Amino acid sequence: MDKPLNNRAWFMVAPVFVLVLFSALLPMMTVVNYSVQDSLGQNQFFWNGDAWFRDLLNPSTEIGARFSDALLRNLSFSLVTLAIEVPLGIAVALCLPRGGWTVGPLLVIIALPMLIPWNVIGTMWQIFSRADIGLFGAALTGLGLHYNVTQNAISAWCTIVVIDVWHWTPLIVLLTYAGLRAIPDAYYQAARIDAASRWATFVNIELPKLQKVLVIAILLRFMQTFMIYTEPFVVTGGGPGSATTFLSIDLVKIALGQVDLGPAAAVSLVYNLITLTICWIFFTIMTQLDRRRYA
Amino acid sequence: MARITLDGIAHSYPRSATMALQPLNHVWEQGRAYALLGPSGCGKTTLLNIISGLISPSQGRVLFDGKDVTLLPTEQRNIAQVFQFPVIYDTMTVGENLAFPLKNRRMERSAIRARVAEIAELLDLTGDLPRRARALTVEAKQKVSLGRGLVRADVAAMLFDEPLTVIDPALKWHLRSKLKAVHRALDLLMIYVTHDQVEALTFADEVVVMKDGRVLQVASPAQLFERPEHTFVGYFIGSPGMNLMAAKVSDHVAHVSGQDIELGARYPKIKNGDAVIGFRPDFASLSPEGGIPVQVRRIEDLGRRRLARVALGPHEIFANVPEGVSIGGGQAGLTIQQDRLFVYVDDELVLGDRR
Amino acid sequence: MSISLENVTVVSMGEDVVTDVSLTVERGSINVLLGPTLAGKTTLMRLMAGLDQPTAGRILVDGKDATGVPVRRRSVAMVYQQFMNYPSLTVYENIASPLRVARLDAGEIERRVRRAADVLGLESLLDRLPNQLSGGQQQRTAIARAIVKNAELVLLDEPLANLDYKLREELREELPSILRQAGSILVYATTEPLEALLLGGLTATLSQGRLVQFGPTPKVYHVPSSLDSARVFSDPPLNELTVIKQDSSLRLGQDLVVPAVGVTASIPNGVYRLGFRGDLARIGTAWPASVSLAATVSLAEISGSETFVHVETGLGTFVCVERGVSMRQPGQSVMLHVDADRVFVFDDTGSPVAIEPSA
Repeated sequence: MDKPLNNRAWFMVAPVFVLVLFSALLPMMTVVNYSVQDSLGQNQFFWNGDAWFRDLLNPSTEIGARFSDALLRNLSFSLVTLAIEVPLGIAVALCLPRGGWTVGPLLVIIALPMLIPWNVIGTMWQIFSRADIGLFGAALTGLGLHYNVTQNAISAWCTIVVIDVWHWTPLIVLLTYAGLRAIPDAYYQAARIDAASRWATFVNIELPKLQKVLVIAILLRFMQTFMIYTEPFVVTGGGPGSATTFLSIDLVKIALGQVDLGPAAAVSLVYNLITLTICWIFFTIMTQLDRRRYA
Repeated sequence: MARITLDGIAHSYPRSATMALQPLNHVWEQGRAYALLGPSGCGKTTLLNIISGLISPSQGRVLFDGKDVTLLPTEQRNIAQVFQFPVIYDTMTVGENLAFPLKNRRMERSAIRARVAEIAELLDLTGDLPRRARALTVEAKQKVSLGRGLVRADVAAMLFDEPLTVIDPALKWHLRSKLKAVHRALDLLMIYVTHDQVEALTFADEVVVMKDGRVLQVASPAQLFERPEHTFVGYFIGSPGMNLMAAKVSDHVAHVSGQDIELGARYPKIKNGDAVIGFRPDFASLSPEGGIPVQVRRIEDLGRRRLARVALGPHEIFANVPEGVSIGGGQAGLTIQQDRLFVYVDDELVLGDRR
Repeated sequence: MSISLENVTVVSMGEDVVTDVSLTVERGSINVLLGPTLAGKTTLMRLMAGLDQPTAGRILVDGKDATGVPVRRRSVAMVYQQFMNYPSLTVYENIASPLRVARLDAGEIERRVRRAADVLGLESLLDRLPNQLSGGQQQRTAIARAIVKNAELVLLDEPLANLDYKLREELREELPSILRQAGSILVYATTEPLEALLLGGLTATLSQGRLVQFGPTPKVYHVPSSLDSARVFSDPPLNELTVIKQDSSLRLGQDLVVPAVGVTASIPNGVYRLGFRGDLARIGTAWPASVSLAATVSLAEISGSETFVHVETGLGTFVCVERGVSMRQPGQSVMLHVDADRVFVFDDTGSPVAIEPSA
């Protein structure tokens, strides 16, 4: 059924169109432009077709190897952080009180890490993790562990993971808490009447009802960890060696460090496509869940 | 097996000046079906929650078979409850849903299977046992909720909190007859909370009518209809409810708007003679002449009966128009069945001497 | 003013919502759209209001094509099932809102709001907010806001459906007098036959997007033009029985043969569908001319003034309406008597064969 059409509304959208064009579409097209061209310097470009892309996807070339290494690092980083953050976030949310005056202050305290600007976090942890003057670093070396962010790849990795967990678990806590509050009391009462244990209540009532919230939370967090830049850049600079050189860091190195605009543009496009694909997969999962629910 | 006794129960919510529930005593007998009927805010859900253990009453004791359970939490009271919307475990099949309470109580596998089959048969769910519970219709889901309560053979009482709220009106009667069939088959104590008189009167052996935290009358459906002991009961039950008119009552006559109505019984001295007389439209009929003169405002053809809205002085009342009787013009005569004409003082029924 | 729907069809997302409906509503009339959920009542009202466009057909206002005219230019007021009021405005401001939009002067607004509040019993609630009111009071506010506009077309979409049954009863009694405004066209959608009977006026029975019958309410009730119309206009549901007329007997089901009495006596031999409402089926006492069959009581639904007794016979489940409180126990064996003088007889296409115009 069509409402009677009112075309004047389109004019109100026009300014937004212009803005989007300027800030998103034009720069995007520039990148695409660069990705199919090569340069010999002095701002002279010639057509290169899909050569950059083929190089990129071929692990035996230099750029292909870098790309696949960085991609692998990114994916394993995302997996590890998600595996820690999601259960931890749910556990914390379950411990929060259901109501009362304490909820407000508790939620604010938990959310504090999210409010800190990202490069401030990077700088904070850079000092925090120093083996000599940083609390974290000193404590770990004091315990006898070989902890050195700048020289030990494992230390660097663990530190980045810990930073991310510290920074972003609150998001999962907040989303999960909201999802839990939406469960009507009657379900808990019914579980009590059915003499269900706490674990059974969690598995049979809370977890199924949290499905949609968790999909959103995991999607958001995956995207953020996949695109991580500031924290590793500030704390480890991508090192030691290339242990924490994630795709974003690598990209900046190629684009601005080596000024290889062609490969950089190609990498950023492929990077973008991977992110979009994964988003689309999550979205499909969410709508499938919906459809199954109402089957 | 249980008989539930409420001894001096009263309740007011924290930080609230008013009493949600006025002090009351009541015994719920084993095997009977009761309904708690009243408008929103009358205290019926509070009372149900006190029986189930969700709320601890401010005063009084709750006894199950003589044992004081006032301080026991819900899960130790051995009751089952059906809520306003179906509460089922999404991830399980219907069979698993029904088996859940028994599994948690560590009952033996074959015994669980037999009991689940028995209850599924009673509720017409046998074909649905292997299906995922979330794929059923709302009505079927509510039956599964009900089944989870019934599957425990030793349950002391089944409590219902407006269980037909989300059911499609066209299907409500189906579930009502199922509930009645379950009651007949299982001889359980059942307590049903509702604001819908049809649900209450159809389901219950005895109805507890409540308003503003007070119990106004506890009686069978027929008694509530034929002899309401409170003006609110008269008004709330019946469609339309009882006609109520302020009158001056002296001995066996009521004076209303210049008319004298014979009451058929002698009434003891009433202060100032101020009373309210009440009679149901079902026991009053209209005729072209004879009886109490009234002004006819409107005659409504409701298909299977005709209802007349008439005025006696300032009072607007309803009466039946018998079949075949045609009322023309603005005037008519009202005849009220004397044994169905009641006198209320301060909203409470006063009995007259019919000798 | 009159509004005509001319052969309108609405197809939405591949589904036929309304099919080939032609209906004219005149000024000063009360029109009830009666039908089950999804029969197309809301859709028809939205077409009349100008909120939606039909897929086919035209809408004429006073004879002129108004199919494309948006609702803002029409004089329409609408009341919904879900008591819609502006939550941040007081009752007074809620009722006054359409008048403020129309830029009437303050004195006129005051006068009209007070009058509407008076009619609906809201005088003492004028400075409350909607969330401080009960459901019934909120709906009255919505109705007051609709009538204060003196709109030419007033639409009410199942306005009482979300109220407790007692409130519904009270508002239902008051509505006819409240809504009888000079000159407005009133269109009221409901699923309850009782509301149609109480409001009077004209009733249109709708079934699955089709207009089945339209006419004066008592006539549509007592003289249905088809089986569908009788089905829509019955609460409890219409009892139906298939019979085969053979000379002077009626064959019911496989083995039961009864004498053909009442209206069934004079119909030609053949297969028919008898339709009878609950009040024409009695337990125990026979009618002057009865079709009788054995039955078992399965449930007695008591509503105080009436009891709906559900009985099972070999030929189906029937519902009888008895007066007062009837204590029939499930499992009782009884004799069911159907009033053969007033039963509706339809042929196998649903057309009426013998209906006594008893209205």
